[in-house]
Amino acid sequence: MNIFKISSKNLVRNKLTTILNIILVAFGVGILSILFLASNQIGNKLEKNAKDIDLVVGAKGSPLQLILSSIYQIDYPTGNIPAKDAYKLAHHPMVKRAVPLALGDNYNGYRIVGTDTSFSHLYGLSVLKGNFWQKDLEVTIGSTVASTSKLKIGDYFFGAHGLTGNGDIHKQHAYVVKGILKPEGNITDNLILTNIGSVYKMHEEKHKETHHAAAAEAKEINDKQITALLIQYKSPMSVILFPRMVNQSTNMQAASPAMESARLFSLIGIGIDTLQWFAVFIMAIAALSIFISLYNAMKERKYDLAIMRCLGASKSKLFFLVMFEGILVTLIGTCLGLLIGHAALEVIGVYQESSQAKLTGLTAVPQEIYLIWIGLFIGSLASLIPAMQIYKVDIAATLTKDR
Amino acid sequence: MINIRSLSHVYEKGRKIKFPDWQIEDMDQWLLLGASGCGKSTLLNIISGLLKPTQGEILINDTDLYTLSARSTDRFRGRHIGIIFQRPHLIRSLNVLDNLELAAVMAGVPIDHERNLLLLKDLGIGNLAKRYPDELSQGQLQRVSVARALVNKPDLLIADEPTSSLDDENAAQVIEMLTTQAKDNGAALIIATHDQRVREHIAKTYLL
Ligand SMILES: Nc1ncnc2c1ncn2[C@@H]1O[C@H](COP(=O)(O)OP(=O)(O)OP(=O)(O)O)[C@@H](O)[C@H]1O
Ligand SMILES: [Mg+2]
Repeated sequence: MNIFKISSKNLVRNKLTTILNIILVAFGVGILSILFLASNQIGNKLEKNAKDIDLVVGAKGSPLQLILSSIYQIDYPTGNIPAKDAYKLAHHPMVKRAVPLALGDNYNGYRIVGTDTSFSHLYGLSVLKGNFWQKDLEVTIGSTVASTSKLKIGDYFFGAHGLTGNGDIHKQHAYVVKGILKPEGNITDNLILTNIGSVYKMHEEKHKETHHAAAAEAKEINDKQITALLIQYKSPMSVILFPRMVNQSTNMQAASPAMESARLFSLIGIGIDTLQWFAVFIMAIAALSIFISLYNAMKERKYDLAIMRCLGASKSKLFFLVMFEGILVTLIGTCLGLLIGHAALEVIGVYQESSQAKLTGLTAVPQEIYLIWIGLFIGSLASLIPAMQIYKVDIAATLTKDR
Repeated sequence: MINIRSLSHVYEKGRKIKFPDWQIEDMDQWLLLGASGCGKSTLLNIISGLLKPTQGEILINDTDLYTLSARSTDRFRGRHIGIIFQRPHLIRSLNVLDNLELAAVMAGVPIDHERNLLLLKDLGIGNLAKRYPDELSQGQLQRVSVARALVNKPDLLIADEPTSSLDDENAAQVIEMLTTQAKDNGAALIIATHDQRVREHIAKTYLL
């Protein structure tokens, strides 16, 4: 028998009120924890995938779209740029590394990216099994692609035109899987990598077939196009000069991942802010509800507390008892809320369509510690005034009156 | 053991209630008699340390009760005085045994599980240890509150109209129980009442 037992027995006795209060707290905390987790994970993902990429050069259009399509592989590309111009930029003295990307096809929703070895250097990729692609039509697939599509080394498959869906399949050429990448925890897990030549080959053939044009057999790279160029600078000094040079003196567009991610995040941020206020509002309601129920219960509890005083309990002990009850409710609510938040996020992750930005509830963020503190604070705040009643109860008068 | 000298109390907007001097020795058994409204409950509250009198002093074992700090008074009451009310105020969310343990916890003395069970058995309610107050009759509840008053081996047992809500048989049993338990536990006993049924059991009377 201790204070904990007395409080919990009393809470169990008033089941409905207790459950209502716990649910209110849990709901508020749950929403906040989902927000914390989701924004943290999205932020992490944005950062991880854009790591080491200083600039993206692509066709003119929305800079955000360019970043989304070529780094996060979410949106559609803005268009194509002449390979010849990209080649010139790639050899600019300010550029340390330039990675060409040729997008356009997919396999079961996984993008087929035509690029060269600089891509694997940029992301620090290594193979788990097999090798990197070498010749045309050879591919190396990301770890998630391998596990979900069940493709093995030596398997053949056909790419489909477009970035999603498998409507228009390129039946002329089959890709062959040469290797599987180690899991990296970033976008490359969801990509199928090949050389740029393979992507050209797919589309050339189609061209001939439909138009029977007298396209030159030995096409030079000059006539060809790529989707985008990922650029790493030699020195940070180029941040100002290089994008301006691209935007002003070429027919292409330069976009900075850092700037566009920040812009994107501020857009998402508005939604997060609104939800955050909603959660805070619910927490306030929870506090009010706990306050009201404790305050109302004091009318009846006055007898219990007067009895305890008669049995020798000091006022401060009973003050602590009432406080403890309020805090216990919010603490249980907070823990439940965290549990719900994590579970909900995990479920959201399972049902999420885009495999690129999957959310998970299996990680925690440091801010969640604050949620526990906030819970404790709300609990004590709500029980403070009811607990103060202890100092006003006239034991003699209370106990001589009938209940 | 208890010494009451020139004690009087005035409630706010009330008349002055005067209490004759009173000397209670260890293990004395007293009836506190008086018409309704003459101040019996008031006196008992004063003796229990629940109500500070306007005038006069009350000495328990030679210490003036109302010179102690609030905390020490609570402590003193918990350890030395067992109170039984007209209504058996038990904590409804706790079962009978837990209600007894609560008395020890609130007074800050160790819980003696064996003794609590023995007390219940002595009072003829040993089989009700795990029941909740809502499931008991008035007579049974009053027995539980007697047991609770005895948990901390008090020096003084105070009962304020313990029989008024009971029938003849239960009233006789409760009075019998109080007198024998007080004797067995070495406690003095004061019963306030205007119940004629009680008068024949106790010799000493203090009239208000
Ligand atoms: N809290 C209070 N405030 C003001 N007056 C009070 C208070 N309690 C009691 N009184 C008055 O003091 C007087 C004595 O009351 P008390 O309760 O001590 O009487 P009692 O002898 O116990 O009566 P009963 O036999 O009916 O229980 C009564 O006139 C009552 O009206
Ligand atoms: Mg009375």
